[in-house]
Amino acid sequence: MLELDDIQHILLTRAPAMTGRYEFLSFSDSAGARAWLSAIKDTVHSAAAMRATVDKDKRWVTVAFTWKGLRALGLDEASLSSFPEEFKQGMPARAEMLGDTGVNAPGHWVGGLTSPDLHAIAILFARDEPERLRCVDEHDKLVAACKGVKVLSVLDLNASPPFNYAHDHFGYRDRLSQPVIEGSGEEPTPGSGAPLKAGEFILGYPDEFGVTAVNPQPKMLARSGSYMAYRRLEEHVGKFREFLRQHGDTPEEQELIAAKLMGRWRSGAPLVLSPDKDDPALAADMQRNNDFNYGEMDPHGYAVPLGSHARRMNPRDTAANINRRRMIRRGATYGPALPDGAPDDGVERGIAAFVICGSLIRQFEFAQNVWANDRNFHELGNERDPIIGAQDGTLEYKIPKRPIRKKIVGLPAFTTLKGGAYFFLPGLKALGYLASLN
Amino acid sequence: MSNETKPQDWSKPAAMAMPKGGYDKASAQQGRYGPIFPKSPACYGFSIMAKIIPGREEVFYGYAKTIEKTIAAQPDALAVLKLHYLRWVLFPIKGDTYFMYQGIFDTDFDKYTEDAIALFGATGLNTVFENLEGFPVDWKTNAPAFIKFVRDHQCPSFLEYGEYPYVSADEIKKALKLKAAFSNMLDQMQ
Repeated sequence: MLELDDIQHILLTRAPAMTGRYEFLSFSDSAGARAWLSAIKDTVHSAAAMRATVDKDKRWVTVAFTWKGLRALGLDEASLSSFPEEFKQGMPARAEMLGDTGVNAPGHWVGGLTSPDLHAIAILFARDEPERLRCVDEHDKLVAACKGVKVLSVLDLNASPPFNYAHDHFGYRDRLSQPVIEGSGEEPTPGSGAPLKAGEFILGYPDEFGVTAVNPQPKMLARSGSYMAYRRLEEHVGKFREFLRQHGDTPEEQELIAAKLMGRWRSGAPLVLSPDKDDPALAADMQRNNDFNYGEMDPHGYAVPLGSHARRMNPRDTAANINRRRMIRRGATYGPALPDGAPDDGVERGIAAFVICGSLIRQFEFAQNVWANDRNFHELGNERDPIIGAQDGTLEYKIPKRPIRKKIVGLPAFTTLKGGAYFFLPGLKALGYLASLN
Repeated sequence: MSNETKPQDWSKPAAMAMPKGGYDKASAQQGRYGPIFPKSPACYGFSIMAKIIPGREEVFYGYAKTIEKTIAAQPDALAVLKLHYLRWVLFPIKGDTYFMYQGIFDTDFDKYTEDAIALFGATGLNTVFENLEGFPVDWKTNAPAFIKFVRDHQCPSFLEYGEYPYVSADEIKKALKLKAAFSNMLDQMQ
């Protein structure tokens, strides 16, 4: 059984939020930092509390720390050394391996996320704008009252219209394929595979190999915790739409090109099940929209190109040990929507997401290093992920088609990484432990 | 992540003098577990040498039979390793027996480490490394320790050569399938 009352809600549930804010914090006084944590931890929903009150609540808070943040709270060196090496190093130090190079490199990041003073994040998801403003005001007061606590930067979030379903600024429907954790009470949709062992995502439980992580120490920290990789990804909507126009003469052809990059139609309908035309009814049907594989149903990529985003991020039956590579995604869009037909306005907009997993090096870093950025993924030779890969205009994108494939040369970068960080997401009891350090 | 930018011409044999120590310390590409040993005209590879625990020679010969049977029953059992060839050797040095694991493959081992470890555990291929001195007993659950052992015992080449350089095993298999398909087509035209 999962200790649902000890696990932060973000691990197991998705808040019905339309807006929100991320606050990136710095601590220069450990007592002040603990005072901040002591106060804010009481606002953090557990998964159990979230489920019980989701219909009436208006805001959901998550708190997580960088490795340097744990030190700033006063955690002792023995505990600090028990954390995994990649978490200790932090995302900026791992940039080259992650493909965060060129304009995506940490030197270009915003919001102070490369600073050694980045210590914590408070994630606020709010049901509506008045509630967001009320919470921001409350948090401002709390920060002002806690010695040495400073806001490094903030990022305001908002759902992108139209609001009939969650989607990014490119228009791709999101939240269709998420792993289900054994013991969470959720049932996987058809095609999603069996529920995964909790230890793949939540520390303190057996993973798919039956192993329970012993670190970090003390044991209190390893119970109900997890790791989060934060990615702030700017989406170049104008450039993306121009690309579709260049490669499609009609709206239907443009939609097909967009689908071929992703592996699903922008409606969310999977190309494997509907390869020639969009099917919004299929997209909206959770009993059908994830019920496919690649190895048997599309081995050569005639429906979903071998290098498409969906095929790289979840190769399903075409990757070894897939259950050891799964990740939970949470997050939101930010920035104003760019109206259809409008030229690019130069305003930053994108997605600010968290990848949640039990092991950053085995799950997030593997996906980024091997699946997204290996040029030779599936023997493709000169490609990277068309949506999130490190694109510099020199790579290709191949779309299998009979009799002859279509090859796009010089794929542009549709996204730019504007920031990132590794956070430790403690369980609720661990939050109490950290708040009571002295 | 591959950063190869130069064209790789399979039709032109190539040789490469390898950096001392296996990689250039100043410019080596970083993998998840440390610097990556570079790809050569002979693809990626390992030459891992380690002393065996005295008296365990027969375990190695028995293990060879196990691998033979495993592959016969399940030809794709080692697919995740992206191998071309494996050569395993036992040899004596001053009365001790050493083991050499030499492999040529198409992806830097770093990428699929955890998959390889899972494979060894799942298929019962796990015994042989446990007969090497210094091998971590908790390797099944401690990928970093496994990797450290491999890196500590890697003896990098100082020269590598490829008659058909940089070609992957999958590309070779595709070419042979194509040749077979053409032969079949021509037969049908007779």
